[in-house]
This record gives sequence, C-alpha cells and structure tokens, in this order.
Amino acid sequence: MELIELQYWQLALASVLVLLLAGCSWWVRLGFGRSLVIAAVRTTIQLSLIGLVLEALFSVGALGWVALMGVAMVILAGREVMMRQRRRLRGGWAFGIGTSAMFVSAFTIAVMTLLIVIRPDPWYQPQYAIPLLGMMLGNTMNGIALSLDRLTDTVWRQREDIEGRLMLGQRWQDAISDIRREAMRSGMIPTINMMAAAGLVSLPGMMTGQILAGSPPALAVKYQILLMFTIAAGTGFGTMLAVTAGSYRLFDHRQRLRTDRITTPTH
Amino acid sequence: MNQTLILNGLATGELDAIDLTVPPGGIVCLSGPSGSGKSRLLRAVADLDPHDGEVRLDGTPAHSLKANEWRRRVMLVPAESHWWHDTVGEHCGVARESDLTALGFEPDVHRWPVSRLSSGEKQRLALYRALSLDPEALLLDEPTANLDEATRDRVEQWLVKRIHDQGLPALWATHDPSQIARVSDTHYRINGRRLEEASHGTD
Repeated sequence: MELIELQYWQLALASVLVLLLAGCSWWVRLGFGRSLVIAAVRTTIQLSLIGLVLEALFSVGALGWVALMGVAMVILAGREVMMRQRRRLRGGWAFGIGTSAMFVSAFTIAVMTLLIVIRPDPWYQPQYAIPLLGMMLGNTMNGIALSLDRLTDTVWRQREDIEGRLMLGQRWQDAISDIRREAMRSGMIPTINMMAAAGLVSLPGMMTGQILAGSPPALAVKYQILLMFTIAAGTGFGTMLAVTAGSYRLFDHRQRLRTDRITTPTH
Repeated sequence: MNQTLILNGLATGELDAIDLTVPPGGIVCLSGPSGSGKSRLLRAVADLDPHDGEVRLDGTPAHSLKANEWRRRVMLVPAESHWWHDTVGEHCGVARESDLTALGFEPDVHRWPVSRLSSGEKQRLALYRALSLDPEALLLDEPTANLDEATRDRVEQWLVKRIHDQGLPALWATHDPSQIARVSDTHYRINGRRLEEASHGTD
C-alpha cells in the first residue's frame, strides 16, 4: 500500500471548514467563534511542535531522551489532573497524588507492555514507547481527574454525614467507604464504556490512524485491543491508587475529617 | 461502667484551657450564648477537632485509644442529626423496645424510611441511636431544641434516667435555664474566654 503524502495546502483546505463554522457562529451570535479559532490555532501549533520533537526523538532514539520525554508527559498530565478538580487537596497534594498515581500505573504498565508484550528492539524504541505512553496517560489522566474530583467534591458536600458517622464511632474507612467506591467507579466508567462500545459506535482513534497510515486493519485491530487492555488496567489501578491516597489525606491521625485540606473553588 | 470523664487543660478555639470533672451518672450543663464555643468544646472532647490538653475516661486518656473507639465510648450527639442510610434501623444497634416506647415510638420505627422523619423525630431518634450503641459517656448538644414541650419533658426524663441508671458521665449543652435547673448537677457558663461555675439553678 502506498501512503498519500498530505501537503500543507490540503490542511489549509480543511481549515476552511473551521473558518466557515467560526463565521457561522459569529453570524448567528453563538459566541464560540473566538474560542474555536483559538483552539484550532493551538491544535496546529501544539501538534506541529510535538511533531518536531518526535522527529528529533525518533532520529536520536537514545534511552535518556525517551525517558525525559516520558517524565515530561507524566508531569504535564499530573498538572492537568490537578487543574480539572474543582476542589483540590491543598499544598501540592492534588498534583502529587495524581502524578504519582499515573507514574505508578500508566508508566509501569507502559514499560511492562513494551518489555513483555510488544518487545521492540531496543525496548524503548520511541516509535512504540511514546504513542503507547501517550495513549495510556491520556486515558489514565481522565480517570484519575474524574475520580479525585468526585472524591473531594462529594466529601465536601457530605461532610456532615461523614462526621455523623465518626461521632457514632465508625472508623474513617467505614465513614467514607461509599464515597470512595463511587469515586473509583466514576473514574473507571468511561473506560468500561469505551471498551464496550468500541467498533460499534465509533472506530477508536488510534486504529483509525493506523489504517489511514496504511497498516492492514487486522494488525491495527490487534494493537487497538492491546491498548484497550493496558488502558483499562492503567486507569483502574491509577484510579484506585489516587482515591485511596486522596482519602487518607482527608483524615488525620485521629481520624478527623479535615475539610480544611480541600480548597474552595475559585469560580 | 461508672467511669469519670475528666477534662484536663482542654483548650479549643477561643476558650481558655478547661479543667472539668464529670462523675459517673452526673450531668454537667454548659450554657452560653450561641457562638460562644459550646459545640466546639464538645467536639474537642469527642476528639473531632484538634485541641490542646487531655481528656480521660477514668484512667484511659483519649489518645491511648484509637479515635473511633474513643468516640464509640464518649459519644457526641450533635444538635442537628444526620442520616445516611435508607431506614432508621440501619443506623442503630439492636432494637430496644423499652427505649422506643419511652420516647414515644412504635417498635417498627426501625423500618421507617429516613426521608419520612420530621425534625423532632430525627432529634429523638438521634438520641436513641446513640444510646443503642452503648456509649460510656455522653456529650449532648442541645438535645431537645427541636421538640415541643410535652415531648421535651418525656425525652428529658428518659435521658436523665438512662444517665443515672447506667452511671454515664454527661456533658449537656443547653441555653434553656429551666432545663438546666431540672437536669443539672453542676452548671458552667461560658463567659467570654472562660468557663465559670454558676450557682445551681440560676442563669
């Protein structure tokens, strides 16, 4: 199969669609024209830059650079997890818990998948390592952000119920068990839904990309299934870790509920 | 049981350090304007808020027990109760018909949905719920504030009887002078930052 090279004028052609939409938004005063154009510009710049970085990384292919890239991705994802929570744990805990949960789950599973399942040579070959880690981080990030947001928000809203349970002599683990379970579920559900609906409603992005790039569909499907499994595991373990660590932080050594460790939303 | 609840230099919020002894079966009333720190003091005794000083139940200091075990023994009943399960019974220990009757409930109240309870019923059931778990000391925050006069008397008599019969030391926060006169063995008033013993029966 031959790859059709995309030219810049072809991209420009596609951008006309976005500009048309922005024009419509302005015409009917929907008010999203401005943010649409900004988002389109951002996507162009960010993806071009990452393209340059990946080109450079692929041509060097040294473990040090791949690892540096991986760490940078984890930290950026950790920041994103923190930003997406309405009420956060104070003092760097929101960032710390999110980032370490992702590091432990997504990072570890990505490395293990490379070493044991895919086995490229060398194992850190960026062509495999970076997309794999990126896909895993993107999904794990969603799960962890959702579950931590759910945890802190529900604890805040039900703080009096939780204290009522503590007053009756319940252990903090019992007083928060329902909330903890709900938080973990809410982080996991998008991934489960994604797996359940894959192929029926939509073709997963990575698979689509691989097919467009000329790979045989059967191979693309195998990679997609592999990724779904690793994503589910990464999200699940990451969510469980983050919620467990987060709920520890919500109580102190005398099992007091410490809502003072949660920020108040700024908006 | 028959244990003594001892507050040793307990300091929380705006209040100066407090020394206080509640003998078994004794009722110590706390009064003071709202916002003076009655509830915070009770919360500190239950170890729900950080505080200085020490609380003991006889020879057992709070910090020598796990916090949940301490709260199980020294039980706080807040002014406003909270309910998280669907039915009343899921919140309580084993049903005690004599207590339910004394509080004016049928024995089937354990099956009642929580959503159906009025504020007065919630308050009475919160007291019942706490005592059904067999605490060894009681911290009561305005335990009859939402009740009409007849029910209040009924609840009051039941509480006092349970406290005396079981020898529970009880700290009872209330702003009602006549209630203080009826139930208290000792009465302390919060005056600014200090806790002052008031002469019996006056406020």
